[in-house]
Amino acid sequence: MATEQTQGLQAQGPRDIATTTEGTRPGVLLTPPVDIFEASEALTVLADMPGVKPGHLTIDLHEGVLTITGHTEPQQGSNEVAVVHEYPAGTFQRSFTLSEAIDQAQIQATLTHGVLRLRLPKAEQAKPRHIKIQSA
Amino acid sequence: MIVRQLRPWSVAWNTPTNSFGQMRRDMESLLERLTGAAGEGPTSGVFPPMNVSEDRDHYYVRALIPGVDAAKLDVSVVHQTIAVSGTRQSPEEQGVSYHRKERAEGAFSRSVTLPESFDGARVDAKYVDGVLTLTLPKHEAAKPRRVTVQTS
Repeated sequence: MATEQTQGLQAQGPRDIATTTEGTRPGVLLTPPVDIFEASEALTVLADMPGVKPGHLTIDLHEGVLTITGHTEPQQGSNEVAVVHEYPAGTFQRSFTLSEAIDQAQIQATLTHGVLRLRLPKAEQAKPRHIKIQSA
Repeated sequence: MIVRQLRPWSVAWNTPTNSFGQMRRDMESLLERLTGAAGEGPTSGVFPPMNVSEDRDHYYVRALIPGVDAAKLDVSVVHQTIAVSGTRQSPEEQGVSYHRKERAEGAFSRSVTLPESFDGARVDAKYVDGVLTLTLPKHEAAKPRRVTVQTS
């Protein structure tokens, strides 16, 4: 049961596309780690984007490619001297190819504690359906 | 449960040999970018990544800990060491199948030893947008002081 569902998804679910674009902003381009899971109604994408404020997040949908971009500002004040520097400020970016099966008009996004949650509802025709087998 | 890294860790201060550590981190992040491996931060394997800085009066420790409940973050101070620990747990999703699971989950713990003592009673902790910021006031004795040179 699960197998069938999963296989159907893999064929049409979001897929990474290799980043072919180059960043135009100065700074580092970071790849946020994501979780993607599917329920019968929707696909959900969770992405870690710490330090991104809601105003600095853009979600772009263009020709079936969903791109999330979040920009972080350096938090260090101007008088501060770095002692240990492990993570840079930069731009989080990742793209996914959406299948036709997603109802693109109903996509919802929330950003809580640096985690972006994208809900991608399935289009009507992609929802699982039970087909009764009739005996002759 | 995935424990990404659970080990005592102390900060190496800016010494000539420490540049190797920096170089190693740079190489790792470069390799990550070349191979396209996602899911690991700039310092793979260590969670949470931290930046430490100082000005005249304070130390600042910033850690990237996205998606935790601030009430469940534990910050403790012993002498010159500050420790941050907690658990990151995604809410249980019912009846879903995962296609990708890159975000680490589980318990984490990390500590930083600062070179000078600070006032542990007045440490300020803020958790905004998944970034924990600790402000540690320096003790008077640890602040830089100007000494006037007198001529006889």
